Amino acid sequence: MGRATLPLVILLMACAAAAQPPGTGGREDAAVRLSRVGQLVAEDVPNDAGGVIALGWVLDGEGALPDSLRVVRRTADGNETVLAMLSGGSTSFDDTTASDGTEYSYVIVSLGTGADPVFSGEVTASSSAQWLHSGRIGMLVILAILSFFIFWFIETSRRGRQFYIREIAGLASVEDAVGRATEMGKPVLYIPGIMDMDDIQTIASMVILGRVALKTAEYGSPLLVPTCRSVVMSVAQEVVRESYMQAGRPDTFRREDIQYLTDDQFGYAAGVDGIMVREKPAAIFLLGTFYAESLILAETGRGIGAIQIAGTAMPSQIPFFVAACDYTLIGEELYAASAYLSKEPKLLGSLKGQDAAKLFFIVLIVIGVLAATVGGFWAPMRGVADFLRSLVAVS
Amino acid sequence: MRLVIPLSITLITGLIMILNYFVPHEPFRFLGDNLQEWYMIVASAAIFLGTINLVQVHVRKIRLKLTNWRYSPVTLVGLVIMLVTGLIYGVVEGAPFDFLFQSMVVPMGATMFSLLAFFVASAAFRAFRASNWRATLLLTSAFLVMLGQVPIGSMLWDKIPLAKVWLMAIPNTAGQRAVMIGAAMGVVATSLRMIFGIERSYLGGSD
Repeated sequence: MGRATLPLVILLMACAAAAQPPGTGGREDAAVRLSRVGQLVAEDVPNDAGGVIALGWVLDGEGALPDSLRVVRRTADGNETVLAMLSGGSTSFDDTTASDGTEYSYVIVSLGTGADPVFSGEVTASSSAQWLHSGRIGMLVILAILSFFIFWFIETSRRGRQFYIREIAGLASVEDAVGRATEMGKPVLYIPGIMDMDDIQTIASMVILGRVALKTAEYGSPLLVPTCRSVVMSVAQEVVRESYMQAGRPDTFRREDIQYLTDDQFGYAAGVDGIMVREKPAAIFLLGTFYAESLILAETGRGIGAIQIAGTAMPSQIPFFVAACDYTLIGEELYAASAYLSKEPKLLGSLKGQDAAKLFFIVLIVIGVLAATVGGFWAPMRGVADFLRSLVAVS
Repeated sequence: MRLVIPLSITLITGLIMILNYFVPHEPFRFLGDNLQEWYMIVASAAIFLGTINLVQVHVRKIRLKLTNWRYSPVTLVGLVIMLVTGLIYGVVEGAPFDFLFQSMVVPMGATMFSLLAFFVASAAFRAFRASNWRATLLLTSAFLVMLGQVPIGSMLWDKIPLAKVWLMAIPNTAGQRAVMIGAAMGVVATSLRMIFGIERSYLGGSD
């Protein structure tokens, strides 16, 4: 019996071992197979200052998710460096330690407990710096065209040619508004928006403030400038002081009238509303960047009966100003204000150049619209539309 | 000389920032990034100027007993309390500074913001008066958009929401883009005028 059953028992044990699923028993080292990193790509990051190579990959999914991924870099002379240990689900890595012009090989190793490391294929790449951002060439062309028109018209005006500039009602009324305030013996309130000096609308507003301050200095009206940012306050104080000096009235400059209120948007709105209600200015200028506080300020100003001149390039706030103010500078008119008020030939020439460039781009837009429409059924026009689209696309 | 130095600084920094946008290569990236950091440092330091100005203005009002001077102590006390609680207990959640901020500053800001609803109503009432054909057009458009936004619009006529979508997507978007394109050109022109010293009124003169 014993001799007869022994082979049978061994056979049964062998069958049971063969039928066992992997990892549930038996030898540990043969249990787990890890997913391998596949489709590994290494390439220089475009439009940068160099020194960066981007790696991207996918896991083949033919095994378990690795616990971690080891990114290994090799150089031609055999140096091997472990760049990073990433989590098992990572699919990209930027090597920011590359030297430009040096060719590197990259391998990514899948690692897991109780499993053999699985190596990816090897890819090579080298980094380089670019001298021109390829995604911004169109913008550069547009800037060049615009600059050409502006400088050409400035030069033309410098030679003495007179240009017609259409009347902008809001700007034509600046002197009237300041004069009215003077006659009524009330101050002029200038609100330069709620953004800091790194905002171009605030910069434009500061330039206009200089012109308005020149008028208030000439007329002898008090000028109040509550600001929402400390830097704007400092700049406004200097701009107004310079204007008062230029007008020959430095003695009437009052630094304390250009004050900082708060950085808080609605705190600023409350503070300015308080100034309006207490001081009752006869003229209010709202020029700069405004958000939700625009209508709160403009309606309060309207409530006290002040003449209001507003201007902003924020499309969402323009309707509020149109509804609540006497005059509104829409978009580009805000940037044209200083040139318009100065009447200096060079500045007026730059305005004319801007208009000429605008006409040029209007023609381009019309061509683009026609090309995109006709291009739906005529391939050559589709090419024109694609070219124009690529010109204005910025990355 | 009074104008040469600031104009030179404007020209050099302006050109660096333009080049930084188009040229990713060093040294322009380094210079551009650093100039932006410098601005942040200057702006951070300027907060002290703002605080000093605030104190000076209100102390002067109290000292000279100017009109409405009684509001000034409230401002100064508020400034001191927030400053002290922030410096002693920090600004983390649950700290006295946070409590004061959440219990006073936030509700007061919300109060100001809520005023907007009433101001919108009064401004809309004025703007939508059909005084001429353009105002009538505005009134009609606004009426359609508002009606298309609420369920009763589609109940009255199922095309009203479509009219609203068309008004918002076509004429409104076209108008907004026109403003934005014009403004973008104004930005470029203003920047060029300032960088190249053509506009120098902010420095106090044209000579």
